[in-house]
Order: sequence, then structure tokens, then C-alpha cells
Amino acid sequence: MARRIEIALREQVRDPRGERIKREIEHFLHLPVERVRTIDVYTVDAELGDAELQQAAAGPFCDQVIQEWHLDTPAAAGFDYLVEVGLRPGVTDNVGRTAREAVEYLTGRPFREGEGVYTSVQYLLSGKLTLADVERIATGLLCNTLIQRYTILDAATFTAQNGVSVFVPKVLGEIKTVVREVDLEVSDQELMRISKDGVLALTLEEMQIIQAHFRDPQVREARQTMGLGPRPTDVELEALAQTWSEHCKHKIFAGTVQYEDEKGSRQEIKSLFKSFIQRTTKDVREKLGDRDFCLSVFKDNAGVIRFNDDWSLVFKVETHNSPSALDPYGGALTGIVGVNRDPFGTGQGAKLIFNTDVFCFADPFYDKPLPSRLLHPRRIYEGVVEGVEHGGNKSGIPTVNGSLVFDERFAGKPLVFCGTAGIMPATINGKPSHEKEIEPGDLIVMAGGRIGKDGIHGATFSSEELNENSPVSAVQIGDPITQKRMFDFLIRARDKGLYNFITDNGAGGLSSSIGEMSGECGGCRMDLAKAPLKYAGLNPWEILISEAQERMSLAVPPAKIGEFTEMAKRFGVEVSVLGEFTDSGYFHILHGERTVAYLPVAFMHEGLPPMQLPAKWTPPRHEEAPIEVQSDYTSDLKKLLGALNICSKESVVRRYDHEVQGGSVVKPFTGVANDGPSDAAVVRPVLDSFEGVVVAHGICPRYSDIDTYHMTANAIDEALRNYVAVGGALDMVAGLDNFCWCDPVLSEKTPDGDYKMAQLVRSNQALYDVCMAYNLPLISGKDSMKNDFYDGTVKISIPPTLLFSVIGRIEDARKSVTMDVKRPGDIVYLLGKTGDELGASEYLALRGFVGNRVPQVDTIKAYKRYHAYHEAVMTGLVASCHDLSDGGLAVAAAESAFAGGYGMDLALSQVLWKGGDTGRNDVALLFAESASRHLVTVRPENRGAFEATMGGNCFAAIGVVTADPVLTITGIDGGTVIRAGLADLKEAWQRKLQDL
Amino acid sequence: MAKTRAIVITGNGTNCEVEAAHACRLGGFDEAVIAHISDLLSGDLRLDDFHFLNLTGGFLDGDDLGSAKAQANRFKYARVDDLSEHLIDQLLRFIQAGKPILGVCNGFQLMVKMGLLPAFDGNHLQQVATLTFNDCGRFQDRWVYLKNNLASPSIFTRNIDRGIYLPIRHGEGKFVAASAEVMARIEANNLAVFKYSGPDYGEPTMSFPENPNGSEHAIAAICDESGLLMGLMPHPEAFVHRTNHPRWTREELPEEGDGLILFRNAAEYVRSNLI
Repeated sequence: MARRIEIALREQVRDPRGERIKREIEHFLHLPVERVRTIDVYTVDAELGDAELQQAAAGPFCDQVIQEWHLDTPAAAGFDYLVEVGLRPGVTDNVGRTAREAVEYLTGRPFREGEGVYTSVQYLLSGKLTLADVERIATGLLCNTLIQRYTILDAATFTAQNGVSVFVPKVLGEIKTVVREVDLEVSDQELMRISKDGVLALTLEEMQIIQAHFRDPQVREARQTMGLGPRPTDVELEALAQTWSEHCKHKIFAGTVQYEDEKGSRQEIKSLFKSFIQRTTKDVREKLGDRDFCLSVFKDNAGVIRFNDDWSLVFKVETHNSPSALDPYGGALTGIVGVNRDPFGTGQGAKLIFNTDVFCFADPFYDKPLPSRLLHPRRIYEGVVEGVEHGGNKSGIPTVNGSLVFDERFAGKPLVFCGTAGIMPATINGKPSHEKEIEPGDLIVMAGGRIGKDGIHGATFSSEELNENSPVSAVQIGDPITQKRMFDFLIRARDKGLYNFITDNGAGGLSSSIGEMSGECGGCRMDLAKAPLKYAGLNPWEILISEAQERMSLAVPPAKIGEFTEMAKRFGVEVSVLGEFTDSGYFHILHGERTVAYLPVAFMHEGLPPMQLPAKWTPPRHEEAPIEVQSDYTSDLKKLLGALNICSKESVVRRYDHEVQGGSVVKPFTGVANDGPSDAAVVRPVLDSFEGVVVAHGICPRYSDIDTYHMTANAIDEALRNYVAVGGALDMVAGLDNFCWCDPVLSEKTPDGDYKMAQLVRSNQALYDVCMAYNLPLISGKDSMKNDFYDGTVKISIPPTLLFSVIGRIEDARKSVTMDVKRPGDIVYLLGKTGDELGASEYLALRGFVGNRVPQVDTIKAYKRYHAYHEAVMTGLVASCHDLSDGGLAVAAAESAFAGGYGMDLALSQVLWKGGDTGRNDVALLFAESASRHLVTVRPENRGAFEATMGGNCFAAIGVVTADPVLTITGIDGGTVIRAGLADLKEAWQRKLQDL
Repeated sequence: MAKTRAIVITGNGTNCEVEAAHACRLGGFDEAVIAHISDLLSGDLRLDDFHFLNLTGGFLDGDDLGSAKAQANRFKYARVDDLSEHLIDQLLRFIQAGKPILGVCNGFQLMVKMGLLPAFDGNHLQQVATLTFNDCGRFQDRWVYLKNNLASPSIFTRNIDRGIYLPIRHGEGKFVAASAEVMARIEANNLAVFKYSGPDYGEPTMSFPENPNGSEHAIAAICDESGLLMGLMPHPEAFVHRTNHPRWTREELPEEGDGLILFRNAAEYVRSNLI
């Protein structure tokens, strides 16, 4: 019989978790609540004696200095309502697993099959609340009903029934294995029903290709030898759906686009990926010649570049948008621990050195009605921030760089970009570490967590728009500790050469990982009955495609398997041999003796013809913003500093460990009070060397409202200018492109698909042009193409967004530059020209306009200037440098000044202007977001040397750093247009998100 | 001359093992071994063969039952494979041999929850204090000023003058004593090695963010009466070079970071007393 152990804080001990819930109830739900206390509940469903249970309760479960334990008797008292929240059956219970292990150590006896510990939390609410209020608190705040269940009791009922009754959230599946055959000899309409009802996300054309395959007499003959009929099994259909999903196959980027530009000229583009992304890398590498530093691009889980003779760097950025929309905490947690597996599963395996994350949300203070299925942006914000916090911090990987970007349209789908870099020795056991090969005969090995129904259809569901019926099972909960244990083990197995090949088990589960590995060697034979399950009752197709977390797939030579499994056991990591790799040409899946899937590898990987995608570019025209010339812009500047896209994100960033591993050199915050916003991060991954890795990013979705070509050019430039600002070298820097688009496929649901597709084409054109000019090879990337919400009436599409990340090197990290001004008397320079480019700026957004003149990047001049600036950094001439982006010069100057604690006197008349005199006014000079600009300070004694180094480039001395803590800017006419104390400016910048 | 050997235990969520070992080497240890706990439980490595034990930062078992609780339980009950003893036997032998142990962050939480600190009257398995959730309710990564207690018996803090500056990175760092008597004894015996203070290392402070977690008596570190066992929430291994300092680009700083002295003192102690 299951028993309940309840752990309550002693009466006089503060309950920060309860206090936080109380604040959130007041803030979000405006309900009067006097007090919230919390209790941890362990439901132990195992054969244990009373003494053993008491020992567990008193020992590992309870910290007796501040807590007390109760076995079988309720701990709660002195409340009006009680809400108990636990996980639904089958949802990963990390705390429950740790509790179970603790009991096993204590008794020296492993749990038996089916025994377990389940956790839940009680919230004791006091206040003048009604049952309806408590329902709102439970469903609106405490419980995500997708993955959690809750019970509400009022005090009287609680007393009458003597507490909350015991409930064991065990999955009670039927223990029988069903393999269905699916009849595809049906009408087209019926084919689509099969696809839709099964969350296969296959189009009619794709269903027809599958239908045709199974009609082929040769195929039928081959199947017969395996005891399979002419109809596909559900296992086969699911495997194809995963392999062919937009998420895994990138059909839009692989499709054939008929593009028509604004002048009516037409062009056929065969695969955007090949024509732009791959070509960029190929052409840049050719240009670099023997200075090429790319080692492995596009073919592995992450890109690999050379760091130095001894080490290689690995980097990957992923998105986890759809799961984060449904379950922000679990979705984001899985996002970060999921992307960790990419560099880890690259080459022979890399040690992880840092994370980056960029979140795009709607305004957390959003106060308009939302479609019913959408969570409030604030809940998404809280959940995502916390999920990534737990995933990153617990994994021991510093989060060194990131952004929060806001736009109302991200209410439809938040974007959660998570990146991870790794480092590996250039050679391991005498072989280049970025290479790996499978030999036929190698064993198929799965390591890490067990398989459950969690994460079924993740790959296919994220290939559709979010809708009313998005499946519950698509969400998983990650467990950083299981993964950490696995990584601790695998990195040692790597060094001992115990496996030949490693890859991540992510989207599509075993179907994708083993499917791709089979592509490497020409086939596999895998028995799903050998896969370890969380609970009985999974059908073979579910085992094959489950996205249960913390799993890697490996190819282990038979001669090494003994040592491999022995070592895994010592590290507490579960590994299972599921079959072997072959060169049969078939993806051959069994369940026990029975064949359940027999698909030609070639059909899986090359059976799909390219999609045909129309694209038509018509430049949008927005209302021109009237520019009213004012005599003072101080209050505009303060408003901008408080704008969501500009204001301080310190309340979030401080929750992320950015220093673990000991190599942090430029941290997220810098300056006299450790609170100025850094442009990029510098870390030393090898502690006895001063070579640094530099990482930065650029993102500017607002510019897509005018032209995605310039959105993309600016994003790339922003990434590079942030990178350059801190001292990143230009001879070794690589890019990663992450596209998040709204559905660009013309259809009934998306009547403007051809415009959105044209936006994608233009973005790719810029990607090629700018990366070529900047010698930036693309080493990895990802696309997520269905970022829309549609419930039949309301459609919300995100603005087309490119996150561009760069990774590179600084020769000597001790020469890094930070953005805070350093001392009074230093000369302030503005590098680059400013133009009449207020289009889609934060300034116009503040006034409710988009405008039309979006900033344009002059790559040739910028690249030359970045080189000169880097030389100035390396010769130690630069005291501080801050990039100009959102909010333009005025915002950058304010940030540098208050970060350093010294004022600035600047004259707009000295700022270099791009183009003719029309549009040259104080507003544009202060707030235009013209690209490629840096605000630099230099000690007076270095003036000559700095100006000589920068010679032949556009730059101008525009003022001086002052001891007086005041920012003063004079306008073109010589009058003061901005004058404000630094404390005021900092307050305006810090206030907005301070309490979140 | 015999080698001075430091050991850093890792596994199940420990995260700071590489920089802790690096700090040991910089501090003067001839060897710093990163040992996965499975190496100890299998009997391949024995604590007896080392002079200095590092229990460093991380999220042992995800801090699932409260920070470091599950590891405290593992240390107490886990059996070593080939030797007929428990891991705790090796640990107590290590202490009895007069060898120093430093617990940082999660390692400090572990020491306190096992009872290794403050270990009144040499009772190393009686928990009398704890480290619990920060008053602000959130994980925090920020730098703090630590006022040094010149009268403390800690062997790790010799030659530290007024105080040192280090980062904290934790969600559960609020020091709480089980009773007023426990706190009084900690204070009376100068076992509170570091207290959170302002930049002048003046009076201890209870105000956020200088005291980032609301610790009682602003306590950031304690040691036992022998001074050989010490734990602290801030991370000394995270400030061993000036480029670790958040303001190194604007201040004149010595090449060596404030945290290194703890490891130097440990190495010095080992060389003078245990070799």
C-alpha cells in the first residue's frame, strides 16, 4: 500500500516559495490572500517497513533544522483552502526519482519493478477566498493541467476526511503489443484524415508517395520475405512521418521556390539551403583558402571549427518554441538540455563550455484578451526563464550571452532559442575528433533515460501551427541530472575509445537517430522489445518515436561492449543494446521475433521530391512618421531606456550562473556597479591559457516589417559588431543562422504565404551577401517554420526572425574591452556614420510608427573599420567600446556612461552623416539605428595612436568623458538637447523589469 | 619529497571540479585528482591516499530533496565495493588523520547537512545548522564582499587581512542555526569565518544584495573548532586570476585573484603538517 510522507517547514521558518506564490496571486489574479505556506509530499509506493519509512522521512526527505516530517498523518493546519499539485501519470518526476534512490541507499535494497516514489506540493492558502477563486489560483498559477493534476480541499473537508487521500499516479497501460496495418488504398480525402488524425503532419502528396511505394511489386516481394503484408504498419508510417517532418527534413528550405521580385523578374531557386546557406560556407571557405578554419559543417549535430592546434570548438543553437508555448517551464528546460546533447553528440563528443539563450516574448504586462489556448505572456516569461535557469545551472554550464526580445506578435508563439558550445581535443586516440564512422556489425546502443509516452509526436506537432488540439503528449520534462551523469560517463568512454559513433536522441527519438545512423552505414536491425521502458504498455511505434529525454544513441564495436556496459553500470547510467548496424540497405525494426518495419534506407532519406513554393515580393509601404523637432529629448531618452527591448534584463540574467567552469572574462554585466550591459561574452575554456572564445549574437525582428533583407543584414552586422566590440578577431569567426518564420507556404490558411516566402528568400539573399563580405562561414543552424497560432478565427503570426550567432576567438583574453567608460577626460569617438534611418526603430515604435527607411549595412566600409578597430584593441588603445543598436547613439551613450559612473559631453554636430542633408536632424542623430557603429572611449595620451590606427575609416571624436555624472548632448544648433543625471537614467533603465 | 595530493569529488551533479582542481594546482598542490564518486565506491581510489578533500559546487542530485540532501544520504549509507566499509568510514578516517576539507557552495551545504560543520565536540554526524532558500526566493549570481574573522581558527584564511571579494551562485545559501545556543557557540568560538559586508569589509550586513540570501548573522562561511574543516557559499575557485573579477578592465588588480589564498593555505598546511 502506498504511504504519504509530508514535509512541512517549522512554524517560525520563512517560506520563500509560499511568499513568491502569494506575490504572484496578488499581482496576476488580484485576489486577496493573506498567507501561503507550502508542504512537500512524497507518496511512497513500495514494500517498506515502518522503521524504514520513518528513517527516510527523518533523514533524506527532511531537513530537521527547519522542517518536520509526518508519516500517514497530514501536516497541514491553519489554512482556508488547500491545493495539492502533482504530476500526471507518466510525466517525469525528477524529485521522485532522487527520493527513490535515497531510499535504496538507505535500505540497501533496490525497488522492485513497478515500485516508485511520487512527489507533489501542497499550497495552504489563507484569506477571504471563494472556491472559484481557488480554482483560478490552481489553474491559472499553480498547476499546468497539461502535465499536472490538482486537488482542492477546504479546511472543513480536509478535517472531515483527515487530509488528502493517497493517490499513486502510476501509468496503468495494457500490457499487450499492438501493431496495426494501415490501409492506404483509400481516397485522397481518407489519406488526409489518416495524416491529420495521427498527427503525422504529412501532406497529400507525401501520403501519395508512401501509397505508391507500398504498391511497388518489388517492395511487396521484399516485405513478404520478412512476413509483412502489402500495407504499411503503423511503425513504418510513423517512422516516415518523423523522418519527413518539416522539423527533421527542412522541406521548406529544401523546396523549389519560384521567386518574383518587385520588378516582376522571376527566378527559380532550387533549395534555399543549398543555394544560400551551403553556398555561403563553400564560397567563404574558398575565399579563405589556407586560412580556412572550418572542420565540420552542416553534417553533424553541430558545427566544428578549429580553436588552435590542440582544440576544436563546437557550437549549435536550437529552438524549442512549440513545447514552450504549451508548457513554458518543461518546454524551455527541455530546450536547453536538448541543445546540450547536440555539441555533446558531435564528432566523437565534446565537453560543454557555455550556453546562450535568446527569448522572444509578448509584453509580460499585456492586458488585452487572448485566445483561450494561449497562456499569458507573463506566465510564458516566468516559466521559460525558470526552465532555462534550472536546465543550465544544474548542468554546470555557464550561460554567458543572451537577449530578451519583445513584440506583441510573440503572444502567438514565444521563441526560445538555446545554444551550447563545446570543446574537444583536436585529436582523440590519434583520430581527428570531429570525424566518426560506423562499421556494419557495430552494436546499436541507447544510453541514458528510459522511454515513455512523453514527447510523442514532438517533431510532427512542431511542424504544424499551434491549435486547439495540440497534443498533450508532445511535451517532455528534461532532467539535467540524468543527463549530467550520462555525460560524465560518456566523456570517459570517449577518451577510452569505447564507441565508434555518437549522436543525440532528440526530435523523432530512435526513429530519427537510428534512422540517420543507418544512413551512415547502410542499414540496421533493431529490436524495440529490448528498449528499456518507464512503464509497460507502449506500442512499438511509440517506443520508436518517443522523445523521452536524456538519451544518446551510439555505435559500439562488439569487442568493446563489455567494458562499455561495465563502466556505465559504475556510473549509474543505463545502457541497452538494441541491435546492430548493417549494410543491408534496410531500416529493419523488430519487436521480439516479429518484423514491424522494413523500409529501404534510400526511400526514407531520398524518397521525397522537393516542395514547390511560390514567392512574390511586394515591398510594403508604411505611413511615414512625422518628425517633430523638439528642443529637448531627455524625456524621450528616458522612455526609450525603459522600453522592453532596451531596459535592463538583470533580474533575469542574475538567475543564470554565468561563471561556473571558472573561465569567465567578459561577463553579462560590467562597470563600476557591475550592472552595465556587455555587448558579448569572452570565456577562457582552457584555464591555463589566455586564448579566449568570444560569442555574440544579433536579432532585430522589427525590421522585418519593412524588409527581411535588411532585417537579416542588420542581425548579422549586430552579431559581428558586438563580437568585434569586446575584441573578437576577424580572422577566425563563424556564424550560425536560426530562422524562425511564420508559415510561408501559400494555402487557404495562409493566403499571404507567397509574401512570407518572398521574405524568406530575401533574408537568404542577405545572408549570402553579408556573410561573404564579412568572411563569415555558416557552420550550423536550424529553422522553425510554423510559428503561428490559429484557432479557426484568430491568427497570430510572429514577425520573421533570424537569430544570428557568432563564435570566434580573441588571441589574448587579457586585452578584452568592456562597454563602461573608464575615466574622466577620455575622448569619445563614434565609429561609423549615422543616416536618416529611423525605420522600424525603437524610437518610432515608441511613437506608434514603423516608417520605411530601415538601416542599411555598408559591409565593405564596416569590415575595413572593424579590422582597424581590432588592431587598436590589440595594441591596447581602447578604454571602452559599446555597440550602437536599439535606441541608437543616445541609448548607447547613456548605458556606457552610467555603467562607468562618469558623465559624457557629446556634440551631435560632430557626428558623421551618411548621405545628403535631408533628414539630418537631432532626432535621427540621437535615435537612428544605423548599422556598424561603435561608441569608443580613448585615453587622451592614446589619441594620436588611435587616430592613426583608424586612419582611412569613418570615425569622429564627438565629445569627452566627464567627472560630473551627467549626460549632456548638444544638438546640431548648439543647444542642449539632452541633459540628465546618470542616476536618473540608470533608474529609468533598470525599473521596468526589476521586480520580475 | 612526498607529493601533496588534493582530491576533488565529482559525479551526480557536481559542476566545479575542473576549476577547483585548477585552483589546487595553482595554490601549490603537486597533484589534484578529479575523482568521480564511482571511483571511490568501486574502491579504485581511496580517500586515505590524499591530503586535501574538496567538496565543490554543483547541484548534487539536482538538489531535489533540498540542496545536497541526497548526497549526504549517499555518503552515509553507500558501501565501497571491494572493501568491507562504507564511504563514511573513509571520510571519518580522513578527518581523524587531521587532513583539511573545504566545502564550497553545494559542498558547504553537504558538509552542514551531514554534520561535518560545525561538528561541535568532534561529533561529525550531527546536523545543527542548515543552508536553505535565499530570502529573495531566487537563484543569484553576484559578487559579494566577505569580512574576514581574524580570530577564526580556520587554516584556510591565514594571511587574509580585512576580507576578500568572491562570487556567489546559489539558490539555497541562507545560513540558519538550529538554535540560539548553536549560533552563540559559533560566534563565541569564532567559527563564523566570513560574513557578508559592504565594500569596506566593515560591519556585517543583513541587507540585500550585499547579503544575498538573508543568512543569519550574515554568515557566509563557517569552520569547525580545529579549523581544518571549512565551508563557504561563495566560490574561491572562481576568482584565481584578475580576469575573473567583474571589473578587471577598470581597476588596478594583482595578477592573482582573492580566492587563491584558500588553496595556498591548504597546500602550505599539508606540506608543513602532513608530509
